[in-house]
Amino acid sequence: MSIVMDDSKLLEMYRTMQLIRLIEQRINDEYKYDEIKTPIHLSIGQEAVAAGVCIHLRKDDYIFGTHRSHSQYIAKGGDIQKMISELYLRKTGCASGRGGSMHLVDPEVGIFGSSAIVGGSIPLGTGTALASKLQKNDRVTVVFFGDGAADEGTFHESLNFAALKKLPVVYVCENNFYAINSHQLSRQVGDNIYKWAQSYGMPGYQIDGNDVLEVFKYAEEAISRCRNGEGPTMIECLTYRWKGHIGTVDDVGEGYRPKEEYDYWVSRCPIKRFSEYLKNKGILTDELIKKIDQEIYDLIDEVFRVAQNSPKPSPDELLDFVYAD
Amino acid sequence: MPWTTVQVEKLDSFFISGDFTGDRVLTYREALHEAFDQSLARDPRVFIMGEGVDDVAGVFGTTKGLKEKYGADRVFDTPIAENSLTGIAAGAAMAGLRPILIHARMDFLLLSFDQLVNHASKWCYMFGGKVKIPLVVRTISARGWGSGAQHSQCIQGMLMNVPGLKIVAPATPYDAKGLMISAIIDSNPVLFVEHRWLHKTTGHVPEELYSIPIGKGVIRRKGEDITIVAISYMLVEALKAAEKLQEAGISAEVIDPRTLKPLDEQILVESVAKTGRLLITDTGCKTGSVASEIAAVAAEKAFHLLKKPIKRVCCPDTPTPTSDVLEKAFYPNADDIFNEAVKLVRE
Repeated sequence: MSIVMDDSKLLEMYRTMQLIRLIEQRINDEYKYDEIKTPIHLSIGQEAVAAGVCIHLRKDDYIFGTHRSHSQYIAKGGDIQKMISELYLRKTGCASGRGGSMHLVDPEVGIFGSSAIVGGSIPLGTGTALASKLQKNDRVTVVFFGDGAADEGTFHESLNFAALKKLPVVYVCENNFYAINSHQLSRQVGDNIYKWAQSYGMPGYQIDGNDVLEVFKYAEEAISRCRNGEGPTMIECLTYRWKGHIGTVDDVGEGYRPKEEYDYWVSRCPIKRFSEYLKNKGILTDELIKKIDQEIYDLIDEVFRVAQNSPKPSPDELLDFVYAD
Repeated sequence: MPWTTVQVEKLDSFFISGDFTGDRVLTYREALHEAFDQSLARDPRVFIMGEGVDDVAGVFGTTKGLKEKYGADRVFDTPIAENSLTGIAAGAAMAGLRPILIHARMDFLLLSFDQLVNHASKWCYMFGGKVKIPLVVRTISARGWGSGAQHSQCIQGMLMNVPGLKIVAPATPYDAKGLMISAIIDSNPVLFVEHRWLHKTTGHVPEELYSIPIGKGVIRRKGEDITIVAISYMLVEALKAAEKLQEAGISAEVIDPRTLKPLDEQILVESVAKTGRLLITDTGCKTGSVASEIAAVAAEKAFHLLKKPIKRVCCPDTPTPTSDVLEKAFYPNADDIFNEAVKLVRE
């Protein structure tokens, strides 16, 4: 695929993907110490979707995610320190220790929260898009969800409403084929979630979610349709999680996911593919890869160190935040 | 004419005095309409959505003409998708708007529990106060004749157990307007519980905008012998019963909590301290009702003040029957309150 864009954007996407990968690998490594006392759902292998979509978003655009939302939070520019502090359930975390890994938030950059109820954030993102329309601004909302969410009523109800009202929202399905251990085809009659979007009256596409350039292209078009008042779009990105549904476990073989399937998707690693592309184009060099990695490792060391040394909430703060003032 | 309207039009227009002195008298529905009208005029962030809110009936007349006045962007009909619509309203609230979502039957609210309970009510806490949801969910219990089990429920009791949700249940026109305005200006999800049989109730209502503090109850009638706490429409029945009790030589104090959550515990305890007897009457089924919660508060905080066991006068634990004979047996009324109050005071 040939896309005309400047090298800095390409490098930014690469850096974002690598940032997601390395942060999640560190979370994975730290988890065994039982200081991150919150269920984690890693996106390793799925980095291209968040990176290729969020690069088009402004700070004041909105995103919503799911229980598996580290990648989107990072790609949208959420505060990394506050994210890691939240994973350690510290008072200084982005949700003051009330949310944990499944509930990351950073309103400064339009991250209004993520839901651990499958399909739960789809109406919420449809609602911020409704607000953009009523407030007559050009802010766009992107809602990220998985293939499991397409089983839920909220998916269907929200897409119908967004199409009806021509709302500036992009529905991004990260289809990794599994809802916990249930394969998509044991839950849905077809493997084409995007067609539902078409039947609700909006463009729907199924794309290679491990090709960040393809994600970039489709997201760019969808977001620009939103900005121009042309209504919603749905993009179904086929991708694959490398880790098990939850925690740091691997669930390949042993009656869960087939080893051949896993190997196929690992061979299609979004970061490896993109870095090879960038190297071929002379944009990325081994030296630059090393430099970017080092910067990221330094950042990670710092944010984990600070998080681990940050205060926890005190018991007398239990009732804070039940109601807003 | 819808059957609930037929029924409501047959009711006496019950006048509740004492909220406000003046010569301006409105019905409950007119007071609500005025609250919407004035709020839409005052605050461009306010909008109304829900099934049929812009049709000719205008949700029993309470939203009639508002679309024509404020435009289809601010008063609009929605698909029949209660759950997602609740989430959509919550999302719009996060982005700075002040939505009023209307469910014309309280039964339909049950379809929206995921977005109301799992999302809107928890969002502020779950994100450490970073995101606010100033949302009004207005829901109407549509008791009529023959409404049956799915068009007449009063499920406020179920929602007492939801942290982060405020619940108001105004019984008078003055409160309907004032608490609607309070709900709109509040920064949290507020469930506005309304009873169809209150729509014709009349009372003094000032023309200007005013709010009523959420969490404060009011004494509707002063008395010495027994405290009757009456929720929503049961206030009308309780006031009728209190009048009859007076004739029988029993002085009943009638308390209207106005807000169900957070509950005004002080007004309850102070009244029980005076009377030593407590009867609670609610529009919902008995088990796990608001009456149950009020009884629990009294047992916890005023047990030593009670001379007799607490009495709840509620609907029995059965779905609402459709038969007019059974329906009559199902709903408690002023006579039931009177009889139980007499027993508490005399036996």
